[in-house]
Amino acid sequence: MTNTDGSFLVERPVAERVLTAALARGGEFAELFAEDRHSVSAVLDDGRVEELSSGRDRGAGIRVVVGDTTGFAHTSDLSAKGLLAAAEAAAGVARSGGGSVVVGLHATSVANPSVVAVDPDHVPKARKVELLERADEAAHAAGAAITQVTAGYGDGRRRIQVANSDGVLVADDQVRTRFSVSCVATGDAGMQTGYESTAFTMGFELFDTVDVEEIARTAARRALVKLDARPAPSGELPVVLASGSGGILFHEACGHGLEADHIAKDASVYVGQVGEQVASPLVTLVDDGTIGPEWGSFAVDDEGHAGQRNVLIENGVLTDYMWDFLRARKEKRPSSGNGRRQSYRHLPMVRMTNTFLLNGIESPDNVIAQTPSGVYVAKLGGGQVNTTTGDFVFGTVEAYLIENGRITEPLRDANLIGNGPEILRRIDAVADDFAMGPGTCGKDGQSVPVGCGQPTLRLTGVTIGGTAA
Amino acid sequence: MTDVEQTTAPPTPQESELGELAQRVAAAARAGEEIEVYVGRSVEVDVRAYDGQVESLSSASSAGVGIRVVVGGRQGFAYAGSLDGDVIEQTLADARDNVSFATPDEHIALVHPDGVAPVALDLWDDTVLTTPSATKVDIALDLERRVRGADPRVRQVASADYGDVASEAAIATSTGVLASARRTVCSLSVVAIAGEGADSQTGVGFSAARGPDGLDHDKAAADSVERATRMIGATKARSGRCAVVLDPRVTSTLLAIVSSALSGEAVTKGRSFFAGRVGEEVAVPAVLLVDDPTDSRAFGASPHDAEGLACRRNVLVDQGVLQGFVYDSTSARRAGTTSTASAVRGGYASTPVAGCRALHLAPGQFGAEQILADLDGALYVQSVTGVHSGVNPISGDFSVGAEGLIIRGGVLAEPVREVTIASTLQRMLRSILHIGADVEWLPGVAAGQTLAIDDMALSGA
Repeated sequence: MTNTDGSFLVERPVAERVLTAALARGGEFAELFAEDRHSVSAVLDDGRVEELSSGRDRGAGIRVVVGDTTGFAHTSDLSAKGLLAAAEAAAGVARSGGGSVVVGLHATSVANPSVVAVDPDHVPKARKVELLERADEAAHAAGAAITQVTAGYGDGRRRIQVANSDGVLVADDQVRTRFSVSCVATGDAGMQTGYESTAFTMGFELFDTVDVEEIARTAARRALVKLDARPAPSGELPVVLASGSGGILFHEACGHGLEADHIAKDASVYVGQVGEQVASPLVTLVDDGTIGPEWGSFAVDDEGHAGQRNVLIENGVLTDYMWDFLRARKEKRPSSGNGRRQSYRHLPMVRMTNTFLLNGIESPDNVIAQTPSGVYVAKLGGGQVNTTTGDFVFGTVEAYLIENGRITEPLRDANLIGNGPEILRRIDAVADDFAMGPGTCGKDGQSVPVGCGQPTLRLTGVTIGGTAA
Repeated sequence: MTDVEQTTAPPTPQESELGELAQRVAAAARAGEEIEVYVGRSVEVDVRAYDGQVESLSSASSAGVGIRVVVGGRQGFAYAGSLDGDVIEQTLADARDNVSFATPDEHIALVHPDGVAPVALDLWDDTVLTTPSATKVDIALDLERRVRGADPRVRQVASADYGDVASEAAIATSTGVLASARRTVCSLSVVAIAGEGADSQTGVGFSAARGPDGLDHDKAAADSVERATRMIGATKARSGRCAVVLDPRVTSTLLAIVSSALSGEAVTKGRSFFAGRVGEEVAVPAVLLVDDPTDSRAFGASPHDAEGLACRRNVLVDQGVLQGFVYDSTSARRAGTTSTASAVRGGYASTPVAGCRALHLAPGQFGAEQILADLDGALYVQSVTGVHSGVNPISGDFSVGAEGLIIRGGVLAEPVREVTIASTLQRMLRSILHIGADVEWLPGVAAGQTLAIDDMALSGA
């Protein structure tokens, strides 16, 4: 979607007044971030549609930068009076006296990479609820051992506007839709769980191509398979990650460590590594906020910078970090379109968008066949990293043993642990079956939607945190 | 010293005013309709210091409303981040509209006052609001300076934060409930990076209190430095089975996970490994596990729960035997019992669910030093990672990343990183060797103390 001057949450003359006031005490840079979001979510649990929930939230955050110091205040009052009060609070970090800059804004428009065909707001709530019921039925039909099903639907529309003292005035309109199913299966050895979700930056047309019953069956299968699972091994083994399932590996193993705020504070193992071979030559890693309807896409980031494609690692060589406005300003270079925030109540920081490994040339079947023994991870769960040490973990939600080049017995859930720079060098096979998936990335208490992707790949050794000797 | 002047003073919360507002909205209930109105408001200040400067100073006030409407066992919910009259009206209309899409459930209804009087708790410290921003800024700068200067091996202070929040909330229902409370919390948090050569390690220190005067600056600074420096030179340990000793913070994390299996909602929906085991021995006999939100030392202390009933002390495990669960009103009806006044909610944007607020284990006889003295070859776990990806409170499977130090001859010896520790929650509760006397009240739902657990799988090299 594009925006014209007339559709801003805060009209241009008001935004200009607010920014001028924000700089009145001598700030060097001021920014107004306005946001209006509303969402609908519905949950079916234990066979019942428990509730439909609607949410509305709007407001603005104002920041003023003086030297290395940022002042920030936010308000839910988008009137000129409310915004001016917030501007004054944010300007408190500036020395009094200051300048008399008058801010003039020039509206630009950036097309959103995703075109919304069916606005979820125009879809009757009953149709959203019906999806949940279909998923519930399909999950239960997958096996008598399925004892509990939770299905969740959500859609949200987030309109944002960024205006700053560099004259930027730009807006974005982001529509996101998601669906998920969790199942519990009960067997002789206790309960196991399975989960599957889909999420895109698009409207209700998502369900023209995504079959909620298939999502439900996948979640159910993951739970059922684990009823007979053996404990995961304990120790270091080769690991094959199925395509699409393991993008989180790169998100944790190097993505966070390539965020310029960690770099600036010497809190990353990748400091000073640009131009160096940091990964196997099979690794080309990209962060791209512009790919169609992926979960981490947008027209402009939350600092008004257009989303872009950034190659982070090319054939194993580190090419660049990811940048937000503040870090880029300090280094006198452009932002890379990675300045994001959870809401108007938060300061932006360097964040990933859609982060993924490009295809290799092998066939996925060959990668497995050429692995005498190890673990096949069909689906990874979440992860966490300490960027300073590079140590990271990621959990499995569907995994199997590989024996003699074949996928054999299912394994119970476990975390895998590794060290980013070491793991990147241990990638010795990359297949040609690229796929992506959605995730929620948490950093410093803020959550944002991200995409992760990779083709099937093999790691020569990862520590698997199971209990079996 | 600093470039910062005091920002505009935040408004002083008036909790009675919120209660009246909630009551007024709830009074709009029509025949056959029940309405619950939750209103919350908070002011907060966050300061981050870096390299002798203020990196950021945020001051903010937020308010919002969450409305539940129940008609004939169907529930609809809506929320908004504003307390403006027209927004509240629209929110009520949204909640009403949402009712018709829910499946009727005989267990869903709002609570009625149950006659239990709330315990008077003092959770408010005025100085959070009266302390000038400039003083808060100085606290953060001082914390950063202390950590930077504490040890030559400290290379960086990745972040040094002061934060506080003063919040108030009120609940009113058309069934006669009216409850309100206010609280303050302030905290220090600092991340030190220490290293030698190419090796860098991190250590987190923090302190929390009701007001700035209660903060322990020395401990926050010293903890971050000690935790970072003692990890220098850490290597991956060999895989094998061993006892582990959990740092109080890790114990608090573990108890929080256990608490989700003690939720009446998880139990009644067949999502807890504790389901059907009341009266059975689920832990070693030394375990007395209590959720007591009426204990004002707990950060989760509260006079009433998220449905407006007076909070009470609930014994969950006594002498290792499972006594029961925590219930909100819906899960209690489903289980054929009464609410334990354990409804919790994430704020105005979510509906109440059953959960713990102030879980703690009765302290044992020994402090950390005496517990260590008893162990050789065990792993002292300073911190864990991957809790959300590697612990499953439904199946009980437990696998987390860990860093810490090997215990040799009863004292902490060489540092270890990039390993996992694994078991099942069921097994861990029955393998507790020692419960520390060193109870530490930490932010979150559970207190911490040193906890020794036998026979876990350590995965490393």
